[in-house]
Amino acid sequence: MNFVDVILQGVALRALGSGALSWPERRVLIVSDLHLGKSERMARRGGAMLPPYEARDTLLRLDAVLDATDPATVICLGDSLDDNAARAGLDDTEAQWIARMQAGRDWIWIAGNHDPAPSDLGGRALARVGIGPLTFRHIATPAPGEVSGHYHPKARLGVRGKSVSRPCFLHDDRHMILPAFGTYTGGLDWTAAPFAALMGDGACAILTGPRPCAVPLPRRRAA
Amino acid sequence: MDRLPDRFSDWFARRGWQVHPHQRDMLARADAPALLLIAPTGGGKTLAGFLPTLVDLADTDHDGLHTLYISPLKALAADIKRNLTTPVTEMGLPIRIEDRTGDTSATRKKRQRADPPHILLTTPESLALLVSYEDAPRMFAGLKRVVVDEIHALSESKRGDQLMLALSRLQALCPDMRRVGLSATVEDPAAVASFLARHPDPCEILYADPGPDPDIAMLDTDAAPPWSGGGGRYAIPAVLEQVKAHKTTLIFHNTRAQAEIFFHELWLQNDDALPIGIHHGSLSREQRTRVEQAMVQGDLRAIVCTGSLDLGIDWGDVDLVIQIGAPKNVKRLVQRIGRANHRYNAPSKALLVPANRFEVVECVAALQAVKERDLDGDPRGPGPRDVLCQHILIRAAAGPFEATALYNEVKTAGAYASLTRAQFDACLDFVATGGYALRAYDQWKRLKQDPDGTWHLRDPRAAQRIRQNIGTIMDTDLLKVRMKNRRGGTPLGEIEEGFASTLTPGDTFLIGGQIVRYEGLREMVVEVTRRADKQPKIATFMGTKFATSTQLSERILRMFAQDDWPELPDPTRQWLHLQRDRSQLPQHDRILIESFPHDGREHTCVYGFAGRNAMQTLGLLLTARMEQQGLHPMGFVSTDYATLIWGLDTLVHPEPLFDRDGLRETFETWLAGNAVMKRTFKQSAVISGLIERTTRGQRKSGKQATFSADILYDVLHKYEPDHLLMDITREEALKGLVDFGRIEDMLMRTAGRVDHVVLDRVTPLAAPLFLEAGRVPVDGAATERLLAEEAQRLMDTAGLDMKPADEKRHWRVPY
Repeated sequence: MNFVDVILQGVALRALGSGALSWPERRVLIVSDLHLGKSERMARRGGAMLPPYEARDTLLRLDAVLDATDPATVICLGDSLDDNAARAGLDDTEAQWIARMQAGRDWIWIAGNHDPAPSDLGGRALARVGIGPLTFRHIATPAPGEVSGHYHPKARLGVRGKSVSRPCFLHDDRHMILPAFGTYTGGLDWTAAPFAALMGDGACAILTGPRPCAVPLPRRRAA
Repeated sequence: MDRLPDRFSDWFARRGWQVHPHQRDMLARADAPALLLIAPTGGGKTLAGFLPTLVDLADTDHDGLHTLYISPLKALAADIKRNLTTPVTEMGLPIRIEDRTGDTSATRKKRQRADPPHILLTTPESLALLVSYEDAPRMFAGLKRVVVDEIHALSESKRGDQLMLALSRLQALCPDMRRVGLSATVEDPAAVASFLARHPDPCEILYADPGPDPDIAMLDTDAAPPWSGGGGRYAIPAVLEQVKAHKTTLIFHNTRAQAEIFFHELWLQNDDALPIGIHHGSLSREQRTRVEQAMVQGDLRAIVCTGSLDLGIDWGDVDLVIQIGAPKNVKRLVQRIGRANHRYNAPSKALLVPANRFEVVECVAALQAVKERDLDGDPRGPGPRDVLCQHILIRAAAGPFEATALYNEVKTAGAYASLTRAQFDACLDFVATGGYALRAYDQWKRLKQDPDGTWHLRDPRAAQRIRQNIGTIMDTDLLKVRMKNRRGGTPLGEIEEGFASTLTPGDTFLIGGQIVRYEGLREMVVEVTRRADKQPKIATFMGTKFATSTQLSERILRMFAQDDWPELPDPTRQWLHLQRDRSQLPQHDRILIESFPHDGREHTCVYGFAGRNAMQTLGLLLTARMEQQGLHPMGFVSTDYATLIWGLDTLVHPEPLFDRDGLRETFETWLAGNAVMKRTFKQSAVISGLIERTTRGQRKSGKQATFSADILYDVLHKYEPDHLLMDITREEALKGLVDFGRIEDMLMRTAGRVDHVVLDRVTPLAAPLFLEAGRVPVDGAATERLLAEEAQRLMDTAGLDMKPADEKRHWRVPY
């Protein structure tokens, strides 16, 4: 598995190609915006009936990351369930699967804006959590040392006449924003206003994929 | 109703017009349940289609809608309204005519539903929308006739399939409804008739006098065409001479990008400042309307255009059509030629400009085909099921329905006549529940069944969403281009999002004939400034690259079999002789393969004559198989007739490469991960209602809720590869860009008869391929590598790569 090293507030982190963030020294793994139950919610609200395999796929990929990194602590940065009712859309297999991944680990559900942290899925539910100099929360504030999710950043690059679009991490020396880990998640373009406001000079994007790579965050031109 | 009432004959006489025989015939056969008129342009086709309606309405009082007219173009509906209003007003007929398209105001649309006019002019999409309303039975009550204009164009598209499904619904509401189709000359009138018919009833065909043969030739130029390329730039002086010698000239191109380049070059050489305009589908509506108006007023001497001017609007006095580049398809050529001279029974005048030396052969073959009235075309196969899924949704939006009744209705549309009940039920299940093996949505079904068996929407509010998604036209992701200024700027047209994302501020490209400089992206609008550079970066418009038709390819192969080619210009004739001396010319029932070294690489040229798309696919498959055999292919390039592959090792035994089962297998594997499949999936997913269209507003807001259809494709491919939509995607992909059918035809035709010629240098016929654009590198990991390189470059440029060297090595260490 490939990764890109990042230093945030003096902490050495690894942005993994899968979209998960690892803190090897403390054996912490962070993922964001799983949006489990999204297809069920869309069908419930009379929208599209998407292939109902998204929870399975998200958990499968998460399981693979856990296998490869074997963390002692797992932090889900909010929007883990697509909405309050999505818990009902998870079947027993999926709930047991989550319990199996939690075994022997400190598992922290951070509350998101789509869902309060799930209370009946094991683990601990918190609004935010601080470890060392870092704070883990759903939506970033201007305070330094925050690792957050929420925005689903996505990068777009022109490569020799071909356009490549990838979910990405965004970071400068104060903030780290994770890409959405859930299978059915779209993205917000990396040039969008919220990122310009949060990211300082020297901000980088780390594109996910089989070979993650760092790219300077394009600055918005003054309009 | 075979006699023209006096009021009508007087009117014709006052105008000094003769009633054409086919116009009389249409009147005489007004009671036929379905009638197809095939007539050349300028034959008074539209009036012929409307005469029975006008005569009927002149004599009798009719309440409500009498005749529905459907055309593929909004502009055509407006045009016809003008043309019909003249006789109606002049004869004082009590007839109300209105059009209804996407441009019609909401209040007017509402009124039309409550109080429909006698004649309603509309498009397939607007009709589908009307059919989706619960009050459709009331609005269409009393409908007597339907006139489908330009039916030859509609019969080749999903828009046409949607239209015929809508008509099947109307026919159920109005059993006496008569159908009339108006068509240009086509190769297979029976197929178009079958498309129009209410199955199993037949559809009669009426042929108008096709008129005199067109006056058509190749354009004489001082300069010989180049060896390759498609621009036709060499012919500009001769084209300008022709424009001067004629009143109005249409200059057709096969792609929008070529039209833009040609237009630009034309202006650089237009010393007399002849008024010349450009017209194609990527230009903004304002731009197009301006050109159209100038043309109608006779202000323009020439218009550089693409297929956007293929269809029937009467654009003033065109007396010459010039086709730049080989026409690829004889039927389209004939229809384009028909744009010149709208006077009936006067020959149309047209000139062909081959863009390169090989196209000279193709143009000569096309000229012969036109002379022999030998048109081409491929049978379309069964009706696409994604369109059927949308029709089921439309039917559900209109109110509760019975599955069997709907199935029987659907089967009356020609394209769906052979649809099995099982196929229909699968589509219904997909619409109702998603049709997944994992029954996840039983609680949230879109359609529910009552105990009496009728189906209805679970949530009636869903009807609104269904209506918003009606239609089969897919806007690829296009971005508007605007001139940058304080007040928002003039709209110039649209470019693909993919192309826009490759632009960096300062890049220049051509649009609407001017060179503009990319300044930036603002709220999903591409902002540009005017720029007088000489070398623009070219806009890569999507526009389909047409493949040479099977029939035309066959003709070329037949020409190759001749001993000599006195009909060809000398350079081309000598070129073919040279090829025969050095190697051999490709034959109809054999595959010719040439292997030769060039520039330090081993080259293999395969002459398959299967058309550009199929040859492209063949290139991908052959290189994949060569890779397996350890032949280290490095890349390939394809044209309509050949694929040239280069690599490190010499090809010794080509026969196993063409083993049919092996190719099939390679194809299956390749197809699953192919971008064409994903693109096709996205289209079918939107048409069938799995995902909703993203409106411009949603994209503008950059809403993160929408996610890419590619993800759905990957998920289905992984967890349920046999799902209905995957099946539909395969079926649709095979018809289009992949064109595997033509590879199989080629393999069948040649049945393993491979001629492998090994030479020590490039052959004359292969030489142009070296200059062909569109080389495809063979490297599965290309994207990842290019991405990493580009990232490194950007980091270096930004001076951001501050990682110490020893940390960099981590890149290669498995985690």
